[in-house]
Amino acid sequence: MTNTKIVSPKQDILYMVILSAVVLTMPIWLQPFGAAYPDLMQKFMIFGIFAIGYNILFGLTGYLSFGHAAFLGVGSYTAVWSFKLLSMNVIPALIFGTVLSGLFALAIGFVSLRRSGIYFSILTLAFAQMSYNLAYSVLTPITNGETGLQLTQGDARILDRAAGIQADASLPTPNLFGIEGIGYSGFYICAALMLISFFIYLRIFRSPFGLKLRAIKSNQSRMGYTGYNTRPYLMTAFVISGMYAGLAGSLLAVTDPLAGAERMQWTASGEIVLITILGGVGTLIGPLLGAGIIKYFENILSAFNDTVLVNAFSFLPDWLANGVASVLGLFVGDGWHLTLGLVFMLIVIFLPGGIMEGINRLWRLVSNRSSSSAEDKEKEQPSTKEA
Amino acid sequence: MSEYILDVTDVDKNFGGLRALSDINLRVKEGTVHAIIGPNGAGKSTLLNVIVGRLAPNRGRVLLGDEVLTGKQPHEINQLGVARVFQTPEIFPDLSLLQNVMIPAFAKRDGEFKMGFLKSLFAENEIREQAEHLLEDVGLIDHQDQIASSMSRGDKRRLELAMCLGQHPKLFLLDEPTAGMSRHDTNRTIELLQRIKERGMTKVIIEHDMHVVFSLADRISVLAQGAIIAEGTPEEVRNDPRVKEAYLGGEAV
Repeated sequence: MTNTKIVSPKQDILYMVILSAVVLTMPIWLQPFGAAYPDLMQKFMIFGIFAIGYNILFGLTGYLSFGHAAFLGVGSYTAVWSFKLLSMNVIPALIFGTVLSGLFALAIGFVSLRRSGIYFSILTLAFAQMSYNLAYSVLTPITNGETGLQLTQGDARILDRAAGIQADASLPTPNLFGIEGIGYSGFYICAALMLISFFIYLRIFRSPFGLKLRAIKSNQSRMGYTGYNTRPYLMTAFVISGMYAGLAGSLLAVTDPLAGAERMQWTASGEIVLITILGGVGTLIGPLLGAGIIKYFENILSAFNDTVLVNAFSFLPDWLANGVASVLGLFVGDGWHLTLGLVFMLIVIFLPGGIMEGINRLWRLVSNRSSSSAEDKEKEQPSTKEA
Repeated sequence: MSEYILDVTDVDKNFGGLRALSDINLRVKEGTVHAIIGPNGAGKSTLLNVIVGRLAPNRGRVLLGDEVLTGKQPHEINQLGVARVFQTPEIFPDLSLLQNVMIPAFAKRDGEFKMGFLKSLFAENEIREQAEHLLEDVGLIDHQDQIASSMSRGDKRRLELAMCLGQHPKLFLLDEPTAGMSRHDTNRTIELLQRIKERGMTKVIIEHDMHVVFSLADRISVLAQGAIIAEGTPEEVRNDPRVKEAYLGGEAV
């Protein structure tokens, strides 16, 4: 599952072109799935950014952070503050959100990276839960506690006012020099940022730095005897992935300028672990797939309710329809997490490498069948190709 | 600079009540091969662990040339020029053989930390050629894209040798480099090690196989129960009655 081939930059450009084409045409090809509305597609992009950033840490170094939602939260709060104080333009919001999350990651990483394995996970979890509780209590002047941080008519917006932009009767919306942060234009803003993030992520994967990170995952003590000080490497990976999370958090604030503490809760940290594992830890495209699939099913399944189910089974006798509907009802609507749990269990048991492993297996099955038996001997050697 | 590349002085190491090393003095001249032999549990691997910084000695001092190694981190000691192969091969099992050999080459060139995460691995031709050359040296070039965990134990050892050789260490520590190898592989490894000897690399080698020891070593130290009981040329050690008693159980070699 690891990529052991050294890939040429030309292949990577092709990779980027294909990915860009797929992403930018999403509003068209997602239509038959009923997912082509901007709100959901923005979520795909945002959680895609979050997931690839997380994969830089977890996928490359093997350090499982259980507190990445804290960076998402910091990004969101910072972005909303930037809207309130500076400008409704998204650029300062994104920059401040990303940078501040990076600094926050530097502080948390400095302490957490002194330990590895389960202790590292617990430390990050503790920090994230601390941030969550602080946002609810002591930090209320900054976070507005349970209500969440919101925009108001009377916000300072220094830069906007200096530029002569006045808010009219309704609340102003985040924009990129007049291009709205919601709707299709908002999707394209998110998509562009996701592609830029992905390009950087791809470069990290293909760099000597990325190779060293994978070597740390493979055998950290050997890295020491080979002359590497592993701490700064881990630190850099941790900060980069924190910045990706911060960018994702600020983008969440762009699509909906409201930041609440629940964004930092441990369930949110768990979700990103889940997305990455579901897609395929350490694979290039896996985390993006994981983000898309989980956000899609969250949206579809949680929209079902009992009435919809009863209607769907109305062809059955009444007593049976009600029975079936009430059993299935456990798995949809608010209970969609049950479905997610089952799917996750199946994936981890049968495809520990996530969806990417499934795809690779299918690919090998198909190419084995089409190739002649002469090549079969070659195939017996462990394949080191990565899709 | 002293004429000795490695200078171990009065080293003690205790594990709880157990005295693993006591009063070890060991001097290795530059460009020579120094073998350490001794029965199981004599403290041979412990001594190497003290040299590479895995263990801190309770007393004593280790010098590499004029540099003090005692108290330094393993990565600092490696950067000063000490490389080691382990008793059980320590490689990067999830990476390809080529990548395994590239990693130490990067450490040699870039030092203990270098950011540069936007540079492409593809552009590192020099490092790659160097790595291919090393794999050729140890006879693994045909498997360069194979994942390291799929190799046999003997191949993993040779891979680890290649990884260390790529760093051109001043001092090369080998902990039983031929253990678990077939006779054929052992001979190939001896041949390889003799070739490096000609390049003037100083080596300290722990070995049980007397065939290997007597075909490589310039000097031999005999370790028993944590102390050095004899030291000298292979001829002297072979004829030393104390060695025969402690290590060889009175039998002639």
